[in-house]
Amino acid sequence: MTFRKYLVLAGVTLCASIGDSLLAHGMKQVGNISLDHLHDLILAVLNPSVALGILLLLGFFASYMTALSWADLTYVLPATSLGYVLLTLIAKFYLHEAVTTSRWIGILLISAGVGFVTQGPALTHHPSNAEPHERGCETAGRK
Amino acid sequence: MKQAYAWSAIAAIVLASTTGDVLLSRAMKQVGDVGALWRQSGLWTVLGRVLRNPNFLLGVLAMTAAFYSLLFGLSWGDVSLIAPASASLTFVTNAIAARIFLHERVDHRRWMAAVLVASGVVLLAA
Repeated sequence: MTFRKYLVLAGVTLCASIGDSLLAHGMKQVGNISLDHLHDLILAVLNPSVALGILLLLGFFASYMTALSWADLTYVLPATSLGYVLLTLIAKFYLHEAVTTSRWIGILLISAGVGFVTQGPALTHHPSNAEPHERGCETAGRK
Repeated sequence: MKQAYAWSAIAAIVLASTTGDVLLSRAMKQVGDVGALWRQSGLWTVLGRVLRNPNFLLGVLAMTAAFYSLLFGLSWGDVSLIAPASASLTFVTNAIAARIFLHERVDHRRWMAAVLVASGVVLLAA
């Protein structure tokens, strides 16, 4: 793993957590959407928070795709779950919200999970239908 | 009724995002290391290869379904239920799907990571 690859994983983490928060904030402003008015779901993207959230989620998507090009799905998902920890730490130290003991235990468990997965190789399987050049690239991704 | 809608949305999110993750992961493995390909052949080659890949297009379709299920769910249930419940279940279903469909070597370390992260996410919402 190179520094650039850790930066890509950080991009996945930051864009996903901030984007999700903005979406949640925006959808609370939009209000409940019933099955009879599903077109309201499409109009919801006009809400500024939802729109900004979608922009960040596009950033998440680009970095997520990049990470998946050189790492396993079962490596990328746990390795980028530190976003949950980040959100809780922001809530505690920036928003001065109360963080319960169970949340601190949750943070410990997620951190342990991230530690577990990042100790191992990023890639374990070489797809048989990849071209030789592409296989070479994936092998490089393990370093 | 609200709870039924919320849990239906969670089930839809988990199913759609697991399908999307598996398809996108397969697509990107077929494309190859994006960074190396970009340096070698340029951005347009990377974009062309990604956008022409059928697995990528199907994966985006599944992710779109997951996204709208999330919006639907957030409009009915609390974010503290929808987000962690769907995320934690997706960690486990992804580990199972990656082993079956992507033939990834999901060893003890990765199972432990998936279960620890999923449990941690649930506790964060408690």
